[in-house]
Amino acid sequence: MRASFWSMLGAACAIVLAAMWAFPLLWALSTSLRPELETVSSQFHWLPQDWTLDAYRRTLVAGNVVRWLFNSCVVALLVTVVTMAISLMAAYAFSQLRFRGRGIVFGIAMLGFLLPFEALLVPLFRTMHELGLINSYAGIVLPQVVSPVVIYVFKQFFDAIPSEFREAAAMDGAGPLRVLWSVYLPISGNIVWAMAIVTFIAAWNNFLWPFIIVTSNDMMTIPLGLTQTYDAFGVRYAQLMAAALLGALPVALAYVLFQRRVTQGFLAASGLKG
Amino acid sequence: MRRDHIAPAPTPTVHPTTARRDMLPAWLLLAPFLVAFGLFFFLPALETLWLSLTESSLTRTSAFVGLDNYHTLLNDPSFWDSVGNTFYFALLTVLPLCAIGLLMAMLVDRFTAAQGWLQGTFFLPFVLPISVMTLIADWMLQPSSGVVNHILGGQRAWLADPHWALPAVAIGTIWWTVGFNMLLFLAGLRNIPSELYEAAALDGARGFTLFRTITWPALRPVVSTAVILQLIASLKVFGQTYILTSGGPFNTTRVALHYMYETAFTQSDAGYAAAVAMAFVAIVIVLSLLQAWIARWLARRDA
Repeated sequence: MRASFWSMLGAACAIVLAAMWAFPLLWALSTSLRPELETVSSQFHWLPQDWTLDAYRRTLVAGNVVRWLFNSCVVALLVTVVTMAISLMAAYAFSQLRFRGRGIVFGIAMLGFLLPFEALLVPLFRTMHELGLINSYAGIVLPQVVSPVVIYVFKQFFDAIPSEFREAAAMDGAGPLRVLWSVYLPISGNIVWAMAIVTFIAAWNNFLWPFIIVTSNDMMTIPLGLTQTYDAFGVRYAQLMAAALLGALPVALAYVLFQRRVTQGFLAASGLKG
Repeated sequence: MRRDHIAPAPTPTVHPTTARRDMLPAWLLLAPFLVAFGLFFFLPALETLWLSLTESSLTRTSAFVGLDNYHTLLNDPSFWDSVGNTFYFALLTVLPLCAIGLLMAMLVDRFTAAQGWLQGTFFLPFVLPISVMTLIADWMLQPSSGVVNHILGGQRAWLADPHWALPAVAIGTIWWTVGFNMLLFLAGLRNIPSELYEAAALDGARGFTLFRTITWPALRPVVSTAVILQLIASLKVFGQTYILTSGGPFNTTRVALHYMYETAFTQSDAGYAAAVAMAFVAIVIVLSLLQAWIARWLARRDA
């Protein structure tokens, strides 16, 4: 009897919470499929009375949503590729090569965990200003490629690989870069993918840094651009919801397609095993 | 058993020739990261410290003023108000995010038939950009045509109400980020050996007793990790309040990072903003250490 009471309570909780968590996105979807007039009508309806894709059409035509989506793609891809490349190389050096100063350099790199990025905004802006990188892709991308977490995760993974792998390859006269590329990378596929997807999502969603470094509407990424939609569209909720869902679509798709890798990546980055 | 054949324990001592041979490739492999790290992390960190001791605009440094900025900071009610708002936001979010995250993880873990759907529903908001959350929240909380007022009745302007603005932002934040905590707890739950539950069930333990005697003690380390990560994340709140309320009404949602942003980028007082940043970092570090210390103390007391 009591066990069934607990499982009934659990099922009720699960249904209520799932409904609460699904509702906002479903409501946004329902709003985005109405004609604009219906969103301000005094009659309340859960579903559109007059289904239309008009809001999506207007959103794609008016304003800069397509441009922001494009910028986000460029920025997120660049951040991901560069972060993976420099972090893999650094993690390999920290994990597998023996050289003087290794401990100290690694320790300093891990200071990145301690100091929040937010504390660096002012000097970073000044640096970018001096380099002339305000409102440029390079300006948006560069500070985002420094990722101690990714290096830490890769280093831990490399540490667990038996050194016979490297020694066998080194015996054949392969240099470190060659060994990293043809021995270590192929067996690190899972973790590299997981971290790459997480890095991509984080870069796609980054609001704070683009917000500081971008002032021109044409250089905005989607999280930043979406905050400008009131100015572009006025208070038109069907269109605003259509824009929000268009901005959500790429990351939502990435999550749905690579659900297990995303989960694994976020767990690895949090310090817990995936 | 011949002693001389026992392999020596692996030690980090490096053979000098290995060290010399690895030297050049190591630094070459590290170079790209070190350049980026130096330019975009290490030097800016030192510069924040240096700027906080100067009177500087956003683009120009004018004079070394010693600890003047910190002196001003201690007596600046706007700064302390923003710190207070930040703490209030942390209070409104940290415990709910951990409790709901734990509940969600237990539900996902239990209802295996709907596992994928439940987990996806709870986690999806976490991968969305902040402005998707704020746009939807703003629409739902509209005074006249918002769905929240339709359900609850009334015409409250949630985001313009000094009492409700920050709690409203907190609720939006909980919806947006709880999925991450659920994930942490789910990983923790899956690490608990099922034999423990089976043994306890044989002893007649049911329902809440199982949770209290097995789940909770085993999850303790994950709970303290989740609380500390959440505390740090909540203290760093900025985007949500900035976009939804711009710090209003009457600065009741102006948080510490928002104050730093305004000081630096709208008043162009970079020196003072750097001092605010340093104080903020100090607060975050002290609170994290305090929380870690309390967690360890609680664990030792119960052990």
